[in-house]
Amino acid sequence: MSKSIDFQTDPSQYRHWRVEYDGPVANLYMDVDEDGGLFEGYKLKLNSYDLSVDIELADIVQRMRFEHPEVKVVVMRSGKDRVFCSGANIRMLGGAEHGHKVNFCKFTNETRNTYEAAEDDSGQKYICAIRGACAGGGYELALACNHIMLTDDSTSSVSLPEVPLLAVLPGTGGLTRVTDKRRVRRDRADVFSSVEEGVRGKRAQEWGLVDEVISNSRFDATVDERAREFAARSAKPDVDKGIALTPIERHFDAGGVHYSLVEVAIDRDARTATVTLSGPDADAPATMDEVVAQGADFYLLRLARELDDAILHLRFNEPEIGIVSFHSQGDPAQVMAHEELLLANDEHWLAVEILAYWKRLLKRVDVTSRSLVAVVEHGSCFAGVLSELLFAADRSYMMEGEFEGDNRPTATVRLGAGNFGRYPMGNGLSRLETRFLGAPEMVEAARGRIGEPLEAEEADEAGLVTFILDDIDWEDEMRIFYEERASFSPDAMTAMEANLRFAGPETMETRIFGRLTAWQNWIFIRPNATGEDGALQRYGTGQRGEFDMRRV
Amino acid sequence: MSDLINVSYDTQIPNNVGLSSDRRVLKALEKWHPGYLDWWNKLIPQKFQESFVYLRTAVSVDPKGWAKFDYVKMPEYRWGVLLAPEVESRTIPCGEHAGQPAWQEVPGEYRNMLKRLIVIQGDTEPASVEQQRLLALTAPSLYDMRNLFQVNVEEGRHLWAMVYLLHKYFGKDGREEADDLLRRQSGSEEAPRMLGAFNEETPDWLSFFMFTYFTDRDGKMQLESLAQSGFDPLSRTCRFMLTEEAHHMFVGETGVGRTIERTCQVMKENGIDDPTEVDRIRALGVIDLPLIQKKLNLHYTLSLDLFGQEVSTNAANAFNAGIKGRYMEHKIDDDHKLTNDTYTVWDLEDGKVVQKDVPALTAVNMRLRDDYTRDAMGGVKRWNKIIEKAGVDFELKLPHEAFNRKIGVFSGGLFDPEGKVVTGAEYDAEQANWLPTHADGDFIQSLMKPQYEQGKFAQWIAPPKVGIDNKTGDFEYVQLYMA
Repeated sequence: MSKSIDFQTDPSQYRHWRVEYDGPVANLYMDVDEDGGLFEGYKLKLNSYDLSVDIELADIVQRMRFEHPEVKVVVMRSGKDRVFCSGANIRMLGGAEHGHKVNFCKFTNETRNTYEAAEDDSGQKYICAIRGACAGGGYELALACNHIMLTDDSTSSVSLPEVPLLAVLPGTGGLTRVTDKRRVRRDRADVFSSVEEGVRGKRAQEWGLVDEVISNSRFDATVDERAREFAARSAKPDVDKGIALTPIERHFDAGGVHYSLVEVAIDRDARTATVTLSGPDADAPATMDEVVAQGADFYLLRLARELDDAILHLRFNEPEIGIVSFHSQGDPAQVMAHEELLLANDEHWLAVEILAYWKRLLKRVDVTSRSLVAVVEHGSCFAGVLSELLFAADRSYMMEGEFEGDNRPTATVRLGAGNFGRYPMGNGLSRLETRFLGAPEMVEAARGRIGEPLEAEEADEAGLVTFILDDIDWEDEMRIFYEERASFSPDAMTAMEANLRFAGPETMETRIFGRLTAWQNWIFIRPNATGEDGALQRYGTGQRGEFDMRRV
Repeated sequence: MSDLINVSYDTQIPNNVGLSSDRRVLKALEKWHPGYLDWWNKLIPQKFQESFVYLRTAVSVDPKGWAKFDYVKMPEYRWGVLLAPEVESRTIPCGEHAGQPAWQEVPGEYRNMLKRLIVIQGDTEPASVEQQRLLALTAPSLYDMRNLFQVNVEEGRHLWAMVYLLHKYFGKDGREEADDLLRRQSGSEEAPRMLGAFNEETPDWLSFFMFTYFTDRDGKMQLESLAQSGFDPLSRTCRFMLTEEAHHMFVGETGVGRTIERTCQVMKENGIDDPTEVDRIRALGVIDLPLIQKKLNLHYTLSLDLFGQEVSTNAANAFNAGIKGRYMEHKIDDDHKLTNDTYTVWDLEDGKVVQKDVPALTAVNMRLRDDYTRDAMGGVKRWNKIIEKAGVDFELKLPHEAFNRKIGVFSGGLFDPEGKVVTGAEYDAEQANWLPTHADGDFIQSLMKPQYEQGKFAQWIAPPKVGIDNKTGDFEYVQLYMA
């Protein structure tokens, strides 16, 4: 699976989904093209999915927010007759390398989280209308919706058959959402998760697995009715027209990826990707009307889309790059001005969407399994939302004092109002709150310095950077850091970083990424699932998996 | 020296590392230097600070420059930063990187391991000066006092050498470690030196000689193995340090030798043939040979402990990383990787001392210790020659390595100097014959009277055959400052 995976798509290229827009309601049909999988060797039968299906879904959800702000309710349905969705394709999973499986699950989790949060973030509510079998990853698609409706046709069911059938877990939030979101009693969840055929009809509602069970004859009408009803009750303001998410400009070559505002330079020997973000090339617009007119070209939106694509590219296509080093160059005041315009207009739909997108993007950075370092050089613009990267990174280094032959403006860090809760992490806290879990007064002190250009010593005192280094030490210390970091075991790094990044409270999100995913990834390397005679490999052969019966 | 701003670093600090154009190290040294002087000035008693000492100063690494002799006040000694000349196209001598070009910069993945090794080595250098700080007050001659100070200033220079590496290659961490080298003090409760043996005071001159012979020899072996480092600046530093370390061992060997020589001479003069007639011998103001054997037993075994555990993962890692080699690595005829070799070590099985084969990589420490033992044997043979020549029937011996150990497989048991397991009762009964007692210590202390008169030597020690720098033994090696 060495082919390069592209996360950019648009409706003209969709093979697996279609959307019918009907005023405030959008009907989203999953109709997977069997032959449209990303890789050879499997057919996407019975509305099963692989990454290609999820890339389209992620694109749809994103465009729903920016291009169709008039939509208040999205109804997710199946475009096939007797099946809603049978989950992730088993042959794909059986054939995929471990790293791909892990990344695949992570990306699908991020997409589920995105549409799940759409209701809170921007008033777009997702209804799932289930007719036909809704199994495994299929039910996980449903679980991430805000309202689940199931037809009572005596065959349609919801199920999580992963354990009995495949000896793996429902790893896209399934187990977690059943208990944490839907609050299903744990003994019932235990029963539910161990029976292959799942639960049908009334019992599904009784147990809380779905919100409504409707007789088959009235199902379509009721779904439509419910959609209208939710749309009418929605607090989401009416917006006539969205903006177009035009294709992003980028160019791949041996040295990396080049976007308009993001430069990814790959050093394969050093196993390091240097990601340099450019500041704005013009002053911030004065009004949101101007932002709407700029559309996808508006600085903070363009930057977010490019960085998002760069991160996904690194995750999937550059598995041997162990370190992502964030740099920036530009005018910090201009970065602040752009963000401040959005914060000052956070009733405006587009401001809401761009800020929420940064929240999602920064979370994507948080769960990226590479060593992240932020490097605050002279001339950099780690200001406001961009300074969040310092707090998302595992470490940060900042230039202190004058550097010989370097006449760029002195390195500073600037905090904005947005750093104090606008971009929470998966644990529900701001990155600064998480950083200063043991010293909450530091957060308050930092709040008092909003807008100030903090030079190295001040930034260090405020606890905003890990190390400040002068001209004399800089080059050597940085070299040593990169060399040392790249020499550690990638597994140990992934595990250590994942443990250190998310201090503080557990949320459903941290439980999905920290607990469910970690267990799932453990199972993925155990012979009981993925060994030659493991359940995942034997699926479809008629033979059961052979298990090592020792409990670990 | 107090006007630091105007210090010309190329003249005040003899160096061959381009110090005057190295901003990073200069800046770091400017901060560290006053602390070092302060440490030195507080350490050595004032009247010796003011005295003129006939010292050797290394001003360059070529044969003409590395040993300049002149009178100098110790605080004005020119501690230099000197590395042995670079060997062209040197390669990493051992481990998984063997054969690759030697590192001129610290490889990131081994930075912490290297730093730890350098810090431990660096910590021993000032520690021995601290341990010996009061010895000049009981010096048996000006010649010996001068040798003591020579050892002291050179240990000081070795500290500089390690600090230079820390400043030059380890950034902020390195500067902090360099500061801590001055913060720790031998025997301090607050911040003791890192290795136990370096927190014991050197109470008398026989201990000093034994220390320089046995413990400095451990230092020599460590330097030998670091001289094999794939990190070239460390290798070059240690190679040059070894030229100075040889003098320390010379002080130890000749010091013990002269003590033995004097004892045998006095015994003969007084018609004592039996070396075990301890009381009679002691009454004549010289140190009996059985006591010298006991001191040897003690210092040798303490020094063995400095090599650490017999089977050591740290040592294996350092060897495999190519940052610490074996003694004379370049002369050893094997693949220098040791991935499939074994090495024979002593072990304790069912209470018995046995030899067994372990993976050679994990036994790198042991091998170095065996090399040490062989190296230490040489002086013992020469001491026995002195005894034999004097016609006394006595032979000094290195005890078995199981005897009196606090570290390693033997630390849990009781053994006699032959390596035989003994009971607690047997040990108690014989301990006074194997190791110095407090009474022995009192006796040695009673002999420790200073002899500051030019050309004279204390009763218990013979004059040297030749002096330093081709001077005679009665040369005025120290012009004592009399307040």
